[in-house]
Amino acid sequence: MSLFSVFDISGSALRAQTVRLNTTASNMANVDSISSSTATTYRARQPVFAAQLDDAGDEATGVDVLGIVESQAPLRREYRPDHPLADQQGYVNLPNVNPVEEMANMISASRSYQTNVEVLNTSKQMLLRTLALGD
Amino acid sequence: MAIGFERALSVHAQTLELRSRRAEILAANLANADTPNYLARDIDFKATLSGLSGRENALKVTHAVHMQARGSASGELLYRTPAQMAIDGNTVEEEQEKSAFADNAMRYQASLRLLGNRVQGLLSAIRGE
Repeated sequence: MSLFSVFDISGSALRAQTVRLNTTASNMANVDSISSSTATTYRARQPVFAAQLDDAGDEATGVDVLGIVESQAPLRREYRPDHPLADQQGYVNLPNVNPVEEMANMISASRSYQTNVEVLNTSKQMLLRTLALGD
Repeated sequence: MAIGFERALSVHAQTLELRSRRAEILAANLANADTPNYLARDIDFKATLSGLSGRENALKVTHAVHMQARGSASGELLYRTPAQMAIDGNTVEEEQEKSAFADNAMRYQASLRLLGNRVQGLLSAIRGE
């Protein structure tokens, strides 16, 4: 019965969207994490999604998170000579997190999560009715 | 005369199998709604079902104990033509997939009800009440 595999498919999507929400939360939390060197400054993180394919490589059996990449956008630099973490020239480095992008990302992730929960619930109903067949 | 379970249930049983298969495909589409370069899939339900139950595809039976080979309700996976493709190459249109999934679920339950009625009918025939 292939309805059972809907649980795996939607479950993998829930997991992937959770990773996406987590990275968004991490990005938003670190939006003001000031650092003195460019190497240690926090960079915005984004998960990379890819379709999980069956053995024949034709049909999708869910979604995979391939990994999490750091944004290569330039860091923000601000002149704050009185800041304790300011460098020799009086500049501090701020993360390259774009709060507007992150909010849009968060809304999209939460909508997708809801959709997949709906799919799971509907499939559960279908299976339960099937189990009650002939009663 | 024997009660033909196969004859009594076959269309509805095949419909249910195909509906659950389609539910799986649509769930995979919805799961990959945010995956770059993912192409939405679907099956041609009507063509697949008529191919499964069509008499022209049935094997020739030349002996009483020959069994009819039933193809699995897989159906050919096709690609959906998007009205508007996303910039990342994804062709899943969530609204369309959601409504197709809901429609498929309702029709599944309708077939299930019909199948249940058939089972009830067979049961009362067996009991002879």
